[in-house]
Amino acid sequence: MGAPETALAQNPVDQIRRAIAQWMAEHLTGEFAALRHRGGPGDEGADPALRKRWEREMAAGGWTCVGWPEAYGGRGLSIDAQVAFHEEYARAGGPGRMGHIGEGLIGPTLIRYGSDAQKARFLPGIVEGRTFWAQGYSEPNAGSDLANVQTRCWQCDDGSWRLSGQKIWTSLAHESDWIFVLARSEPGSKGRHGLSFLLLPLDQPGVTIRPIRQISGEAEFNEVFFDEAVAEADGLVGEPGKGWEVAMGLLEIERGVSTLGQQMHFAHELGLVVEVARRNGADRDPAFRARLARAWGGLRVMRYNALRMLSGGDDLKLGREALIYKYHWSNWHRDLGKLAMDALGPEADTPSEDPAVRRLQQVFFFSRADTIYAGSNEIQLNLIAERGLGLPREPRG
Amino acid sequence: MNLGLSEDERMIADAAADLLGQRSDSAAVRNCIEGEHGSDTALWQQIASELGWCAVGIDEAADGMGMGAMAQALLFEQTGAHLLCAPFFSTVALGANLLTHCGSESSRQAMLPAVADGGLSLSAPLPSTPDWRTAAEQVEARSAGDDWRLDGQVDRVPDAAYVDAWLVFARCDAQGDIGLFRVDAKAAGATVTMHPGWDATRCFGSLRLDDVAAERLDEGLTLQGLSQATAYARLYLAAEALGGAQRCLELTTAYVMERKQFGRAVGSFQAVKHRCAQMMVAVEALRSGVYGVARLSEQGAAIEHLAAECAAVRLQADEAFFFCAQEAIQLHGGVGFTWEYDPHLYFKRAQAARHWLGAPEALAEETADYVLNEVAA
Repeated sequence: MGAPETALAQNPVDQIRRAIAQWMAEHLTGEFAALRHRGGPGDEGADPALRKRWEREMAAGGWTCVGWPEAYGGRGLSIDAQVAFHEEYARAGGPGRMGHIGEGLIGPTLIRYGSDAQKARFLPGIVEGRTFWAQGYSEPNAGSDLANVQTRCWQCDDGSWRLSGQKIWTSLAHESDWIFVLARSEPGSKGRHGLSFLLLPLDQPGVTIRPIRQISGEAEFNEVFFDEAVAEADGLVGEPGKGWEVAMGLLEIERGVSTLGQQMHFAHELGLVVEVARRNGADRDPAFRARLARAWGGLRVMRYNALRMLSGGDDLKLGREALIYKYHWSNWHRDLGKLAMDALGPEADTPSEDPAVRRLQQVFFFSRADTIYAGSNEIQLNLIAERGLGLPREPRG
Repeated sequence: MNLGLSEDERMIADAAADLLGQRSDSAAVRNCIEGEHGSDTALWQQIASELGWCAVGIDEAADGMGMGAMAQALLFEQTGAHLLCAPFFSTVALGANLLTHCGSESSRQAMLPAVADGGLSLSAPLPSTPDWRTAAEQVEARSAGDDWRLDGQVDRVPDAAYVDAWLVFARCDAQGDIGLFRVDAKAAGATVTMHPGWDATRCFGSLRLDDVAAERLDEGLTLQGLSQATAYARLYLAAEALGGAQRCLELTTAYVMERKQFGRAVGSFQAVKHRCAQMMVAVEALRSGVYGVARLSEQGAAIEHLAAECAAVRLQADEAFFFCAQEAIQLHGGVGFTWEYDPHLYFKRAQAARHWLGAPEALAEETADYVLNEVAA
């Protein structure tokens, strides 16, 4: 479903495009063939052990952390080349990356805010696909109001840290080795002040992980309880009490590079909708066809939206297209899930063994989370109105 | 594909916004639509003859500036935002566009330079069907030696009374063949009747042709040519709608900040903020669509694909523009319902524009047909 764009042969971006496409064709085979199009959002429970082996396969081919500077084990690819990498990876049906929190979130954070010792200790494990990370931000009372973190941490005489409290919506915590956490180090502080950013291993007596069963029946998210869990003295990133700046710096790092890869997954899902509609005759129903046309148009717009973001040059200020991006894709995806179920008709109502149908059922259920996590629809609309249109701000703590 | 604007493109868009902001403001538009002549002749002279707007998209070989669909779309975005009352869309998006994609080499060479220098204004039917050729249903062409004579009726011609010549589709003799003809507005036997519309910013007329002399422009209409002309016209309609939707958002944002109730600006209430934010989502998504398809067309995309993208973006434009226009009325409260405030001008345009070159249902069907055939089984 890609656009028929003409491209010049032999430029560095095309070289990467061809190289990854060829590598995927050669390596996403054998035992890994079962992972094609698996393990994305809503399907993160798909064979984690095999997907961890896949991470090591990627690492051996030099395809992890391609956007990182070469000094830290990356390839230092340009934005355009990274986009090409993500597109081709997804086009080939590359599985959801077990390593994406390490590669996309904590790695870049450590590169920017970490000490030399932290970089030396943690980055190689991410590049080599050996260490898997979880993110500990949200809490039962810190969702949209993320700064309302209540988990406490304090430093002991030997310099190490203790942590008590609860995190929630931690994806794949049960499959991860380490977690990064935002916790309150200054008792009595409020909001974004007095928070610290800590790294700690999950396999220790002070940490209890409990899966959360989702509406799909699966459990990708967890609650993580800390009862005087230990972080080493070296586990603090940045200054004590300045954890919010570190956490927010992460958001600036993300420039939407992986979004074009996400769209390849969406295109694949739209293709599955077409497939089931052809099979059961829904493709002849004018009402279905009209909705399919809009879904396709919406996906094209999403692509142009991402290209607009990436054409923004070095201007770090969020453009208007970046402000609407999350609201647009998440609502589009939710609609796609509904369209898929409507196309399936009664077949939608039974858990299916058919991989295509099962995938669409997952999209239907999991996409309900798309408009909630990472800034709910309501928070997104506040941000758009306030930053995009200059309307008065909501009161904040 | 780079969706950033080049310096030239940005300059053209900014200059158009400045000029129309002054010369086609609310007072000027109202003057025009409530006056005797539905077109601003002085402003048209300025943009066509002095500023060379009609030359922007015409090939350099025909004395144009040879800029691409993006520059063209940026201009239509501005004329749509300011509801320009002049035959700019008719001349460029209908006339020059049809001529470029359906006309013969010699007819292009004969007419496009005159369009480019502002000396020839054009129009053509803008039917409510997806297939332009339906405009030929009531017109018959007879060949008379090298010349042609036309008889019949042509409906839905925008700015019909304000242009120098019309491009008319007609059935040729008994063969069922359809041709594209030029008829001069002053030709003997041609009469124009303008019809009042709720959307008075784009006035439609019908032509009565009684044994009128005409010049054939095509050497056989091809589906490819028609498809291209239709695709570009839809893209430019979407660009106009983008400007209109953006303007609705601006008017609304300004109003909700100025209007106070319960001691505070109504724009500080979340119920209002969220509706404004949803307008912005619709506007920016449409902007991405319009700019993206414009760039895609400049890269020489296959016509089947370009046609589907243009149908889809026109469909999106219809929904975004009408949504923004209706929200503008609602969020202006009581004054949004008055003749005095501007939202109704956009509301009427949005409703009128929704069937130009295909109602939403037809556009969706065209798009779906492409998607279902294109996605590998």
